[in-house]
Amino acid sequence: MENKSKLSILTNGLIKENPVLVLVLGTCPTLATSTSVVNGFGMGVSATAVLICSNIVISILRKIIPDSVRIPCYITVIAGFVTIVQLVVKAFAPALDKSLGLYLPLIVVNCIILGRAEMFANKNSVFDSLLDGVGMGIGFTATLVVMGSIRELTGAGTWCGIPVLSRIMPGMSIMTLVPGGFAVYAIVMAFVHYITEDKSKIKDSFGCDGCASADDCVDGSGCSKEVA
Amino acid sequence: MAKYVIIIISMVLVNNYPLAQFLGICPFLGVSKDSESATGMGIAVTFVMVLATAVTWPIQQLLNSKGIGYLQTVVFILVIASLVQLIEMFMKKNMVGLYKSLGVFLPLITTNCAVLGVCISNIDSGYNYLQSLFNAFGAGLGFLFAMILMAGVRSKLVDQSRIPKSWQGVPIVLLTAAIMALSFMGFGGMFS
Repeated sequence: MENKSKLSILTNGLIKENPVLVLVLGTCPTLATSTSVVNGFGMGVSATAVLICSNIVISILRKIIPDSVRIPCYITVIAGFVTIVQLVVKAFAPALDKSLGLYLPLIVVNCIILGRAEMFANKNSVFDSLLDGVGMGIGFTATLVVMGSIRELTGAGTWCGIPVLSRIMPGMSIMTLVPGGFAVYAIVMAFVHYITEDKSKIKDSFGCDGCASADDCVDGSGCSKEVA
Repeated sequence: MAKYVIIIISMVLVNNYPLAQFLGICPFLGVSKDSESATGMGIAVTFVMVLATAVTWPIQQLLNSKGIGYLQTVVFILVIASLVQLIEMFMKKNMVGLYKSLGVFLPLITTNCAVLGVCISNIDSGYNYLQSLFNAFGAGLGFLFAMILMAGVRSKLVDQSRIPKSWQGVPIVLLTAAIMALSFMGFGGMFS
């Protein structure tokens, strides 16, 4: 980790280790909030704010927190920041609060945030953790915006509420509903697999390395180490 | 009584957590490779959901009475995490057989958004204590149902079909879930 340049830490999260498309973390909010560009962007920014703050704090505390109780400590830190973000969104963007609904408090169990705390912030310096948080956050937000764009354009014929395709064809509302979410996610992920040169980087399974509970997990039998 | 039956049926079919509300997607996609572990995970999630609801609902009333309801997120996640830990320790000591079949799934459940989701949505929908418990039980059953269906489809998918290279792994599972979600939409409007 030491010889990594600052720039590569920042750009890591964009494509090479994109949290949603390559690491397959944070699937629930990705599917649920990418119904439109605005929702996806709002979710992305909220999660990024929590991710950056928690990465910084956990990195500062990484020498103080005993190893055996680190997961509860991380969850407490993350839950604190999620509450702050929840109150801020409720106060300044009530419309967004209404459309994100349940998924706003659920940022606390977003695997990306706990995953980065476990995989990066507890091993690296404060500044590197900040950069990692920014990079991963941008990767997450960008993916949500791309998926939101596809679903909004095909589903409602608009982009950010501006009519684009709706003049020439009716929207396929199925795209903004649940099946469309799964299908668009599948297509985008397959496309990333297709264009990525280095096939070895692609995770073709939900492995344990991304899982926050990996250490407590009894030889991986509980989860999906060798999912095809 | 009819009200409780409706809550359960609607949580299993109409508002199925993984297939209609995008909750608990990680285990739904990750642990659904074979039907044995899918069933184990489903039962463990149901169990934790009901217990977590049984504990968090009174806590929310306590928070509300003190005027600190905004601490919901922090309190709930900590209560659920310690509850899961406690159940695991208790099972390990007293119910070895059950621990062997369900215990391995318990640490994974702490960070499962379906459990926190059901606790918060019980509060948000203003259910009373008994309704909340039924709602949690129905949500768990729905999750179990979806897991078993998915495991059944996947066992055929992996062995007996030729999948294009870029679709192998996660994408094809997501596409399967899309088709399943489409068919579950058929249950929509059952209760209106």
